[in-house]
Amino acid sequence: MKILEIKNLKKSFDSLEVLRDVSLEVNEGQVVAVIGPSGSGKSTLLRCATFLETIDSGELVYLGEKAATTGPEGKAVYAHPANLRRIRRYVGLVFQNFNLFPHFSVIKNVTDALITVQKKDREEALAIGRELLAKMGLSDKEHAYPYQLSGGQQQRVSIARALALRPKILFFDEPTSALDPELTGEILKVIRQLAAEKMTMVIVTHEMGFARDVADHVIFLNEGVIVEEGPPAAVLDNPQNERTKAFLNRFEH
Amino acid sequence: MAFSLLVMKLAEGLLVAMAIFALTLLFSLPLGLLVAFGRMSKNFLLRNLIKFYISIMRGTPLVLQLMLVYFGPYYLFRIPLGHGYRFIATIIGFSLNYAAYFAEIYRGGILSMPVGQYEAAQVLGYNKTQTFVRIIFPQVVRRILPAVTNEVITLVKDTSLAFAISVGEMFTTAKAIAAAQSNMLPFVVAGVFYYICNIVVAFAMEAVEKRLSYYQ
Ligand SMILES: Nc1ncnc2c1ncn2[C@@H]1O[C@H](COP(=O)(O)OP(=O)(O)OP(=O)(O)O)[C@@H](O)[C@H]1O
Ligand SMILES: [Mg+2]
Repeated sequence: MKILEIKNLKKSFDSLEVLRDVSLEVNEGQVVAVIGPSGSGKSTLLRCATFLETIDSGELVYLGEKAATTGPEGKAVYAHPANLRRIRRYVGLVFQNFNLFPHFSVIKNVTDALITVQKKDREEALAIGRELLAKMGLSDKEHAYPYQLSGGQQQRVSIARALALRPKILFFDEPTSALDPELTGEILKVIRQLAAEKMTMVIVTHEMGFARDVADHVIFLNEGVIVEEGPPAAVLDNPQNERTKAFLNRFEH
Repeated sequence: MAFSLLVMKLAEGLLVAMAIFALTLLFSLPLGLLVAFGRMSKNFLLRNLIKFYISIMRGTPLVLQLMLVYFGPYYLFRIPLGHGYRFIATIIGFSLNYAAYFAEIYRGGILSMPVGQYEAAQVLGYNKTQTFVRIIFPQVVRRILPAVTNEVITLVKDTSLAFAISVGEMFTTAKAIAAAQSNMLPFVVAGVFYYICNIVVAFAMEAVEKRLSYYQ
């Protein structure tokens, strides 16, 4: 089943064309890695897909439900608010810098949306939260506050927070970039585990080895265009496009 | 006048001052938040109207504002002023004035919040109200507390301005007694009372700050 379809997505900031006709599909259980140079539009793509930015034109379809389509005037038209609210629930996002709620304890960070947004009762939310914290190896941090945790622990809390809402697809924007090198491993391990459980994910990353490992599909974005995509072995180890080659070369040294 | 009688009279005035203080906070703190929203509104007219209101409140003396609120209804509409209106006018004047100051404090606090907090809440499905009430406002309170403390301490002293429309608060009383007896002891005692009040206020605010500093 197709979880996400993006067709001909265009996005500009004023006169700066950041995404120029991007199309991609993500199937259930697939892990897609998005790579590309700084400023190529990776974050913008994720932000458009997670409704943090509105697209200028193109289609955004989740599980066959149209979140945005191109209207008669060529401009994107979003679904009715009620439909959009439902579609938004399919989507989770893990930020580069976590964006945890500093005034909430770890368990509250994970459960508050369950209670406030999804109207689950406390006990049920707590059970879900505790299970996820256990999975993230953070059971002993339940009552800690984010400032008391290492970057890696904070990022695991933010992954648990996103997972608590049971998204159909989880986006990661450079989940390890804000971490000290020795802490990236624990996050990559968690994502690997999620991949093994067939969680559908789209991951922007600079960790080429990790992309090779965990992704089924790699997309190379350059200046707002997907210039090359395919299985990691093809894109990362045997790139065809000159841009891709030049980009990957920089990582080998 | 015996010292104990003096203290009694001033204490009566102090009660009035405390009532002004408490009621002003009660009204101006929520009103200030509304004003802050108006000040940040997308609506051009509302935003600029509020901006003008704030600049008037901050740019003219509070004493003058009190006079206007008190005498305004009579001079403008010939509405006779009942005796009880003095106190009400004081509360209205103080609340309008302090709301303007609090609004700017709220606004600064709200604008200082990192956009990531809003984005995280949005992706998790919080609506605008939930985001503000659960995520933004509690953090704003923590951030603005020191600035609010400053205003609250100023307010204790500002209650003395109610003498301008002859509300019988402590300073008015002290002035009357001092004039009658050509003695400055009433001012000294009133000063001690104001000072004690502010020590209590500072202590209370510090306790609140401590309570809220369970996170960084
Ligand atoms: N809100 C915005 N307003 C204006 N320009 C923006 C905005 N967000 C992004 N841009 C611009 O869009 C381009 C793409 O940015 P984006 O953050 O998507 O790149 P990226 O591929 O994620 O880069 P990096 O690897 O550095 O994170 C950049 O030139 C950036 O300056
Ligand atoms: Mg980025």
